[in-house]
Amino acid sequence: MAGQVFAYIRHHDGKAEDSALELVNAAKKIAGGAAVTAIVAGSGIDSLCAEMAASYKDVWKLDNSALAYPNAEVIRKALVNILPANAVVLVPHDTFGMDLSPGLSIKMGSPFVADIVDVEADGDVLKIVRQEYSGQAHTHVECNMSAGAVINVRPGVFQPDESKSAGGSVTDKSAAVGDLTCGRKYLEVVAAEAGDVDITKSDVLVSIGRGIEEEDNIPIAQELADAMGAVVSCSRPIVDAKWLEKARQVGTSGQTVKPKVYMAMGISGSFQHLGGIKGNPFIVAVNKNPKAPIFQVADVGVEANILEFMPSLTEAIKAL
Amino acid sequence: MEILVCVKRVPDTAENEITVRKDGKDIVRDDLVYSVNEWDNYAVEEAIQIVEDKGGSVTVVTVGDGDSEEVLRREMAMGADNGILLKDDAFVGSDGKGIATVLKGVVQKGKYDLILCGAQADDGAGQVGGMLAALLDVPYASLVNSVKVIDDKKLKVGREIEGGNQEMNEITLPCVLSIQTGINEPRYVGIRGIRKVASVEIPVLGASDLGLDAGAVGKAGAKVKLVDYFVPELGAGAEMLEGSTEEITEKLIELLKAKGGLK
Repeated sequence: MAGQVFAYIRHHDGKAEDSALELVNAAKKIAGGAAVTAIVAGSGIDSLCAEMAASYKDVWKLDNSALAYPNAEVIRKALVNILPANAVVLVPHDTFGMDLSPGLSIKMGSPFVADIVDVEADGDVLKIVRQEYSGQAHTHVECNMSAGAVINVRPGVFQPDESKSAGGSVTDKSAAVGDLTCGRKYLEVVAAEAGDVDITKSDVLVSIGRGIEEEDNIPIAQELADAMGAVVSCSRPIVDAKWLEKARQVGTSGQTVKPKVYMAMGISGSFQHLGGIKGNPFIVAVNKNPKAPIFQVADVGVEANILEFMPSLTEAIKAL
Repeated sequence: MEILVCVKRVPDTAENEITVRKDGKDIVRDDLVYSVNEWDNYAVEEAIQIVEDKGGSVTVVTVGDGDSEEVLRREMAMGADNGILLKDDAFVGSDGKGIATVLKGVVQKGKYDLILCGAQADDGAGQVGGMLAALLDVPYASLVNSVKVIDDKKLKVGREIEGGNQEMNEITLPCVLSIQTGINEPRYVGIRGIRKVASVEIPVLGASDLGLDAGAVGKAGAKVKLVDYFVPELGAGAEMLEGSTEEITEKLIELLKAKGGLK
């Protein structure tokens, strides 16, 4: 028999992140009818715990000044001290979950599955769907959860449960967190630098990815953007290569944009990139790889080399 | 500083169109272009830069088959001093914990101050670094995008977090860091560099050399099992525009006009 199912609640500035309500629905698929327990760790979190009790039957409060910033090394220690040995723990697969969960699974002695996009429970066996090769291949993965499990859930794939009908209660587990000393000390968050252009203000973005191939090709995208009255943005590899500044990057580790039209030029469409596109824009994808995941989310697609296609489109627009 | 960098040979997803084999047991591997995992290449560059600045040596290690030796040589051509290939039939079919267990074995045979991994590889799990740190009971930081050596006991590391922000931490050595892309600019490896290391001997270690119980790793030890690869039944997806370039651009311009994409 599988153990109690827990959902780890991410929050900042006293507000739960979107993943908090998405995990309600992910957990339901694992727990069946059994109650799911939310874990809220932090400092001064009473109102957040009360809010989570509307969505989870039980909320475990871990209130400690050492947990004020979510240092995964510290939180892992607290979780190991409070969780039952066969706990099934769901965590969002974000920059915190990636930091926390692999080590948590080792310390709990339970299997770990990262970045899941779907799950169902068949008795004690979790049947999980994942993606590999930058989203180009899907896999079925199984693990037995009778001795517990740590499961990282991709943000945005489960619908949030807005029903707030759990009528749960808060249990204070703060006294049980134990020794929290560890070898990694949080210092500060350094805010992102502003760029020369604010891509979040533009209604139309011409966004480039690896398909641009070389730094010298960037003017090709700029010419299209100029013709459209748009701004050039990009995906992560372009910033990694230092071809454009970080402020132009769309994605969870960059900017969140809400344009009317998003031109994804030579962008494969990783979930981290798509996570930065909100407001349901009209997405045009041009990519020479017909398997690129971007075609699953785009409204219109063209299978082409952007270095040939963009100049043609620019010329045609100029000729209007 | 003695640094161990864990690397992996992977199909280059930027260069390949990945398709699933009919039986679902694997992807189609004929004609795939392989390279060193991109994240790992940044990790090796970071290690080399630290050693250039502070002294010490860089060892690159991989768990793989005979073909994996080529990525070790590539990273040695970049400037890594030593390579170690961990190869054993008993390692085949390992899950993340299995790979981390094998790597723990090689870490314990040496004396390393710092262990670097890429933040993730072809399976997108990003799990081995965190597992290795937990198995070794040393501190861990993931998604690291800056490393500064404070002294021989600690580092200041930046982690990439949401929204382009950076989380700064102080971490004691020895520790494990998983490295994010963009942390540096990996140096170019020319054909001459590869030739230079072509005949350097790379030791090959198996389960018994590492003192590992074969049942704890590989398929036998895996708690997470890959059932199959599959092609999902997807929604409609994008409406693909077809025809000549003129026809496509004409159609696209009409759509862009309707959606407010042209001013």
